[in-house]
Amino acid sequence: MRGGKALPLVAAAVFGAAPLVLPGWVTFLLTLAVAKSVMVLAIALLLRGGLVSFGHGMFFAAGAYTVGMAMKWGGMREAVVLTFLGVLAAAAAAALLGLLIARYRGIFFAMLNMAISMVVYAVLLKLYWVTGGTDGIGIRTPTILGVMPERESLRLVMYYFTLVMTLPAFYAVHRFWTSPLGFALRAVRDNEVRVEYMGTSVARVIYAAYVLSGALGGLAGILTGFSVGHIVPDLAYWTTSGEFVFVAVLGGPASIPGPLVGSIAFEFLKSYAYKYAAFTWQMTLGVTMLAIILFMPGGLWTIYEGLARQGRQWRLSWKRTG
Amino acid sequence: MATVLETHGLTKSFGGVLAVDDVSVAIAPGEIVGIVGANGAGKTTFVNLVTGYLKPDRGRIIYLGRDITAHPPREVTGLGVARSFQIPQIYASLTVLENVLIALAAREGQSLRAWAPLSTRVREAEGLILLEPFGLTEHAARPVSELPQGGLKLLDIALASALMPRLLLLDEPTSGVSSAEKFGVMDTLVSILQARGVTVIFVEHDMDVVTNYAGRVLAFSEGKILADGAPGVVLADPAVRKAVLGWA
Repeated sequence: MRGGKALPLVAAAVFGAAPLVLPGWVTFLLTLAVAKSVMVLAIALLLRGGLVSFGHGMFFAAGAYTVGMAMKWGGMREAVVLTFLGVLAAAAAAALLGLLIARYRGIFFAMLNMAISMVVYAVLLKLYWVTGGTDGIGIRTPTILGVMPERESLRLVMYYFTLVMTLPAFYAVHRFWTSPLGFALRAVRDNEVRVEYMGTSVARVIYAAYVLSGALGGLAGILTGFSVGHIVPDLAYWTTSGEFVFVAVLGGPASIPGPLVGSIAFEFLKSYAYKYAAFTWQMTLGVTMLAIILFMPGGLWTIYEGLARQGRQWRLSWKRTG
Repeated sequence: MATVLETHGLTKSFGGVLAVDDVSVAIAPGEIVGIVGANGAGKTTFVNLVTGYLKPDRGRIIYLGRDITAHPPREVTGLGVARSFQIPQIYASLTVLENVLIALAAREGQSLRAWAPLSTRVREAEGLILLEPFGLTEHAARPVSELPQGGLKLLDIALASALMPRLLLLDEPTSGVSSAEKFGVMDTLVSILQARGVTVIFVEHDMDVVTNYAGRVLAFSEGKILADGAPGVVLADPAVRKAVLGWA
């Protein structure tokens, strides 16, 4: 279990030190990747229960637009308060929609999420006097605990703010995955009949997971909005949701670091593909996805797991011979 | 002494077939009841009705003096009725121990807790003790997918017994279990359940198992109870032998 405990510390050190040595644009991409990884985590969480959502962009948008509107109409500037507010709004939206959606499985679950997210998209588009329509809403630089970041260090500050806000999300999901509810969710995927015959409500398990994933999706939207500085209805569009599912599969939904690794790989893959293959970048992504599914069905994180396993074996044989 | 389970005129048909036909039976606390019958005699349907998997067309089911007719499985389970299945209903992607830990958390009413870990020292210790009589302790850390068919069957029963029910229904508990293991497992299981005072109803095709472990036998034929009594008497009845075994 030593490796399991050291890994989060090593990761924290690497992510903490990264912007000090990396160029500015990489820090920005990393900020985006970390922010979106929370959404990928939300998707991965549902995948554990055998549920695929093609509409989680709506929670992404719910978080981001709550912050945008609170800034635009409420004149709020404090990032921590806004984040809290946005997560609450996304969770509330999930709690409401979950009453309906948690009853469905498989393709119905996926499509119902997509359908509702498209309604959200249309509303954001059409209510332009509130939401700014296609122009969206500009997110001004927030204060963080009352302090307005300097212009020169803004990028760095937003990176660390994102990182600090992401940590509790990952920790919470880690706790969730090892908790009775987390296991109940996996049990639901395996055998709903047995879950009910243990006296546990399948609907409640799915509902709880859905609300948690909605809240995480909201957090991701908020953090993305802060770092990009601008939000548009496209956040709720179904291709945005599809991208998150793509990244979840890319990184490997079965582990906690998978979504983070997938999210980082995806952001860089996308920007390089866009740079070097401007007209065929989507194909580049498609080919990558095919390769992952064919050769690494567990996602990118399985590379690390494979190496770690080999490392352990190597250490064991070293001990035997030494 | 009050009964644990009573059915009154329980009836269920599928299309034109009467699967369970006006079955009335009363079962006392601590009884171990074997249900025998040919395929299609209504044994599994009876179990499905009692545990709420199916809704009866007519009749009532009384458990500990409470009407549980047409209550869903989750509620019936919550009242202390557990069951195992003809085809094992287990969590195939998890380990043997994790399966049992989930059952233990469910029994404690902790299934929906999202912050505390599932695997605690206390729960693990209890889980390993529960697996012991089924010979599954040494496989505790293995994924369920690696177990042989008989092991799955036993795990399914272990999950039901982990819920510490007052009434346990076992649907063909020894089918798929090797004949070498069969009696050993039944010996330990029955003595544990008896010590706990659990009332047991088991559907069984193996007449030796029925004779050895049932205190009372219900012989089903075409949805009706053909005979009800001590195993020696019921299984010697020529009508039962003809209906159940196909020869007298």
